[in-house]
Amino acid sequence: MLLTTLMLIPLVGAIGVFLLPSGKEKLAKQVALVFALATLAASVLVVLGLENTSGGLQHVESYDWIPAFGISWTLGVDGISASLIVMSAILVPVAIIAGWWDVESSRQGTVKGYFALILVLETLIIGVFAANDLFLFYVFFEAMLFPIYFLIGKFGGPQRAYAAMKFLLYSLVGGLFMLAALIGLYVVSSRELGNGTFDFQTLTTLNIDPGTQKMLFLGFFFAFAVKAPMVPFHTWLPDAAAEATPATSTLLVGVLDKVGTFAMLHFLLPIFPEASKYYAPAIIALSVISIFYGALLAIGQSDVMRLVAFTSISHFGFIVLGIFVMTSQGLSGSSFYMVNHGFSTGALFLALGYLVSRRGSKRIADFGGVQKIAPILTGVFLLSGLSGLALPGMSTFISEFLVLTGAYAVNPTATIIATFGIVLAAVYILWLYQRMMTGIPSKEVEETVTEISKRELVAVAPLLAILIVLGFVPQVALNVINPAVEQVQTYVGVTDPEASVSMEGSGS
Amino acid sequence: MRVSVEYQALAPIIILLAAGVLSVLVEAFIPRTLRRPIQLMLALASIVLAFAYVVINATAQLAGELITNGGQVKGLRQLAASDAVAIDGPGMVLQGIILLISFVATLLLAERQIDPQGDAFASRSSTLPGSEDERQFTAQGWLQTEIWPLYLFCIGGLLLFPVANDFLTMFVALEVFSLPLYLIASMARRRRLLSQEAALKYFILGAFSSAFFLFGAALIYAATSSVNFSTVAVAMENASSDGLIIPGIGMIAVGLLFKVGAVPFHQWVPDVYQGSPTPLTAFMSAATKVAAFGALLRVFYVAFGGMRWDWRPMMWIVAILSMVIGSLLAVTQTDMKRMLAFSSVAHTGFILLGVISTSASGLSSTLFYLLAYGFTSVGVFAIVGLVRDASGEATHLSQWAGLGKKSPLMASIFALFLLALAGIPLTSGFVGKFAVFTAAVDGGATPLVIVAVTASAIAAFFYARVIVLMFFTEPPVDGPSVVVPSAFTTVAIGISAAFTLLLGIAPQPVLDLVINAGLFIR
Repeated sequence: MLLTTLMLIPLVGAIGVFLLPSGKEKLAKQVALVFALATLAASVLVVLGLENTSGGLQHVESYDWIPAFGISWTLGVDGISASLIVMSAILVPVAIIAGWWDVESSRQGTVKGYFALILVLETLIIGVFAANDLFLFYVFFEAMLFPIYFLIGKFGGPQRAYAAMKFLLYSLVGGLFMLAALIGLYVVSSRELGNGTFDFQTLTTLNIDPGTQKMLFLGFFFAFAVKAPMVPFHTWLPDAAAEATPATSTLLVGVLDKVGTFAMLHFLLPIFPEASKYYAPAIIALSVISIFYGALLAIGQSDVMRLVAFTSISHFGFIVLGIFVMTSQGLSGSSFYMVNHGFSTGALFLALGYLVSRRGSKRIADFGGVQKIAPILTGVFLLSGLSGLALPGMSTFISEFLVLTGAYAVNPTATIIATFGIVLAAVYILWLYQRMMTGIPSKEVEETVTEISKRELVAVAPLLAILIVLGFVPQVALNVINPAVEQVQTYVGVTDPEASVSMEGSGS
Repeated sequence: MRVSVEYQALAPIIILLAAGVLSVLVEAFIPRTLRRPIQLMLALASIVLAFAYVVINATAQLAGELITNGGQVKGLRQLAASDAVAIDGPGMVLQGIILLISFVATLLLAERQIDPQGDAFASRSSTLPGSEDERQFTAQGWLQTEIWPLYLFCIGGLLLFPVANDFLTMFVALEVFSLPLYLIASMARRRRLLSQEAALKYFILGAFSSAFFLFGAALIYAATSSVNFSTVAVAMENASSDGLIIPGIGMIAVGLLFKVGAVPFHQWVPDVYQGSPTPLTAFMSAATKVAAFGALLRVFYVAFGGMRWDWRPMMWIVAILSMVIGSLLAVTQTDMKRMLAFSSVAHTGFILLGVISTSASGLSSTLFYLLAYGFTSVGVFAIVGLVRDASGEATHLSQWAGLGKKSPLMASIFALFLLALAGIPLTSGFVGKFAVFTAAVDGGATPLVIVAVTASAIAAFFYARVIVLMFFTEPPVDGPSVVVPSAFTTVAIGISAAFTLLLGIAPQPVLDLVINAGLFIR
């Protein structure tokens, strides 16, 4: 019942916020924050309750929903999903605090509506990470679109309607392919077992013939690649991230996009091991393309929010790379990367959001010399930027390093190419810093930009603290993640390759 | 041969037809001012009574053996009226669905608050549109209560259509429900020329398709010496030549596919849906479709089940065309009713997937889809009828801009219906699509499902576009508004919305029902 309760807390909060009289905006925000913090507390309980010795699902609960189709309400977490749930539960209150004054009631939407939507979204996020019935997962996966759609479409920049629609259509199309594959999987399971099922653990025991596996794999992979997003299915993300409010962008890029990579790791590999191995080289190539394409386009952006969105596409390349090399280092690196990326991109979006809301412009060229006026804000930006480029000492470094080490054992060529992505990361972050923060402040910047406020600092400081702490003691997170990674490897039937580098070096 | 008539099994049909006769007498003998309430009471009472008999019959059969080979079960036989009618599990489910939808549609027909001039029908359909006569009758508040006997006969025909067990009975049922529809379609109060044009098109094309059906039945009779479905099925297995059978199947298919509105026999759908009085559109799009699909299922499962390898390729093409053309043309529409009409064509394609499966799961999933789609469709058209300006219904898409701000509740319910039509999870439409697609994949029609999923993606676009229009655009200055309806329409929309949500969140009881309904009797 723990996980269902965890889902109910934000949902109750959302209903409560929505039912408040429309004049009481402050109260609505406070109630939303209280429920978000309560969810955070409960999510910590979930992680503390995990047995670290076992990589299997824990806190499992299962109730029949539509027995005619073998559909059940099955929730359960392993180390990976639990850490992602905690990451989301941290980002939601942070987004609420950071977005305290983001929206005003208008004809488009009310303040309480905004915060209620965020809480609804949190419920669905927890659901999507905890669902272990594929059908249930699909329902949450699709249902998540709607709060996000309204968050972008009602409370965003001038192009928000277009961005929201683009996001919705991309996701719906991806979702429909997943639906087709889901139906196929159901039929396969009903042929093999007599009764069709969507239960994740049962599905991993199926022996699906390789041809069918490949077909079904592609259906699922397409949906997840759109969600992640990977090049070439990525074009919705920069639009959505640029038009949404910074708090929404934080949740969108920081949490929602993880659903795609999480699902690849959690569902695709265990259920379709053969197909995963078959397509791994192609997907690795695609991920390397994503790394470079995202980084290069980030360098070329003139809009800060779009820039961060493109850096994320590059980061997702690393995550997917780590997943599909299927070594323990790669997998745990990717899992850890997902958590870190949530915090790091979140911090970056928030810091830039503070700047953008002061200056009233998202164009990089409109800034310059901010460090003279707002040194603390600049420092916050610098720290989040450095974690974005995976500086040693930040937790992002650990995960990126793990991914690359894990990948090298399997695919050295791809890994060496991917390593150059780090150089590009330094370019897009440091050049951005140079253009926005250094130099002589223009008259407009002097007039508009002010130092970070206490509320803003309270929102972003926990993220930076986590990034630094996990950078020095990554074991806290890795201990939770690693058993789950081993479990995934067992499902796929892979073991880590012997360290062959030294062998080659000393070879005959 | 001694003719046996099982009155209890046939009760639902008899009740509706008898109510129709009574209704004619009401028109003849009751003073004008009292007619409407009496007719309405009569209609609702007969529908409720007929539904009660469907439930009684179903319980009686469940108490006995579920599927017997035409044998005696607790004094009730599954085959009634000398094998001309098959009151079997799926037949009773279909009758139940038709009656439920008719009940809701009756409430819509009874509405007279949304149009200041009266109900949705012309005051006197015999007057010339735009004439002085018309003006006078309207001013005096005349109501064309003759729609009620027509309507009741129509429901009677619809109840018989899916349980007819031979081609002739089926043809009679087809005509019994079609003729009243042709008439009522011409009786819209507003835009009468459009309505009359639609009715004439519907009549001519409908008559044409009936002729095809009859010709097909004649060919089948020539080949098998029978019109009874199970006899035909047996005879076909032993037939030496397909020379008459294949054309016969084709022609019967034309007749039935016309009624369900599948491409390429869909041309009437947008015109008739647009021109008819909106409550009738709601009724037609739901109840007629259910009955026609019921008949299609029975004919192709029972009579032509053994020939499935011959007719499947044809049905594949029809299904693909319906899904793709329906979805694509819906995108290009600017009129709400026409858009929904093309969406209905696309849905016909989806439901055909269940027909093509010819399996137990194909049958049960089709039944579920029909129930789900029926309620959503009634609800959608009920709301379309509420959005009005001074000249009547405002069906142009641009007039719907910003409706979500003017009346958030109605716009939200409309959005719910659209999401259900698009097949978004947690709505009835999703469970229906899922069931049908699963049956199709299981039946080896995976390519069809991929087309269906692609068509769903196209369809999602135009449904989403309407939602965006309602919620994210500014309303035009002199735009229409949502009229506050009387309790009739409110209840109808409420029931439809409740079913749409309930079947999406907790579909298991209804799934049990359609699965336990078993197979068609042979």
